[in-house]
Amino acid sequence: MYKVKVFVTLRESVLDPQGVAVKHSLHSMDYKDVSDVRVGKYMELTIEKTEKDVEEQVKEMCNRLLANPVIEDYRYEIEECVAQ
Amino acid sequence: MKFAVIVFPGSNCDVDMYHAIKDELGEEVDYIWHDADSLDQYDGILLPGGFSYGDYLRSGAIARFSNVMKELIKATEAGKPVLGVCNGFQILLEAGLLPGAMRRNESLKFICRPVKLKVNENETMFTSAYEKGEVITIPVAHGEGNYYCDEATLQTLKEQNRIVFTYEGSNPNGSIADIAGIVNEQGNVLGMMPHPERAVDTLLGSRDGLKLFKSIVHHWRESHVINA
Repeated sequence: MYKVKVFVTLRESVLDPQGVAVKHSLHSMDYKDVSDVRVGKYMELTIEKTEKDVEEQVKEMCNRLLANPVIEDYRYEIEECVAQ
Repeated sequence: MKFAVIVFPGSNCDVDMYHAIKDELGEEVDYIWHDADSLDQYDGILLPGGFSYGDYLRSGAIARFSNVMKELIKATEAGKPVLGVCNGFQILLEAGLLPGAMRRNESLKFICRPVKLKVNENETMFTSAYEKGEVITIPVAHGEGNYYCDEATLQTLKEQNRIVFTYEGSNPNGSIADIAGIVNEQGNVLGMMPHPERAVDTLLGSRDGLKLFKSIVHHWRESHVINA
């Protein structure tokens, strides 16, 4: 069994209005040294034993559905674990 | 002319679209559920606004994999007119039938009000009843209508005269180049954020949207109706 953590964020070149709003709020709380905030999505996938290449499969899922490659970047962590 | 209004779980402008076609335009129209296997009997396909699949993940991302989308792509390739409004536009982007993507509105607010639009192009099957440069009033209602595409795509859209509608006066969502609606390269797929189906009767504050539907019918009649 695999546990996969997927992180999706807007690309660096794309303005992240949520990130900007959070940054402003942090500044108004006096955390002035925060220079940038990016808000993203975090997903956890559980994949049962598969004959396919897990990494290949995760990449494909990210490109097709979990992220929109036009505006978003993604990264993932794959952890193999034993079912309880 | 026979229209299909595709209904996804979470669509909520499907009834407005149906009303515009049936009662104001006077053409035939059916609701088509998202798992339909065929759109063959329809001449025009309408993707209404709303929150398909709760807008989970991203607007339009899940709807794009509905069963009916295979049929929609077939209809697109056959040259049938396909109109996506608001969530419908977002679905067309996610499906790759139009270039670019949607971001949250710059203000982070959901906006719902009439806006002024400029008809940039009137040589499309969706806008022939308008004058080029005509300014019309159509309502918007969205939280994610901030259209984005890269510089090269924007250049292509401009060169191919595919930016059909732009916001006039003020841009409500921060979209690139004030874009409110674009067509595909073949010219038979239009995606737009404003809701023409909510502007078909003076009772609703404007009937500027009706000409869009009239343009579609006019185009279809010209190419399909054989004189007896």
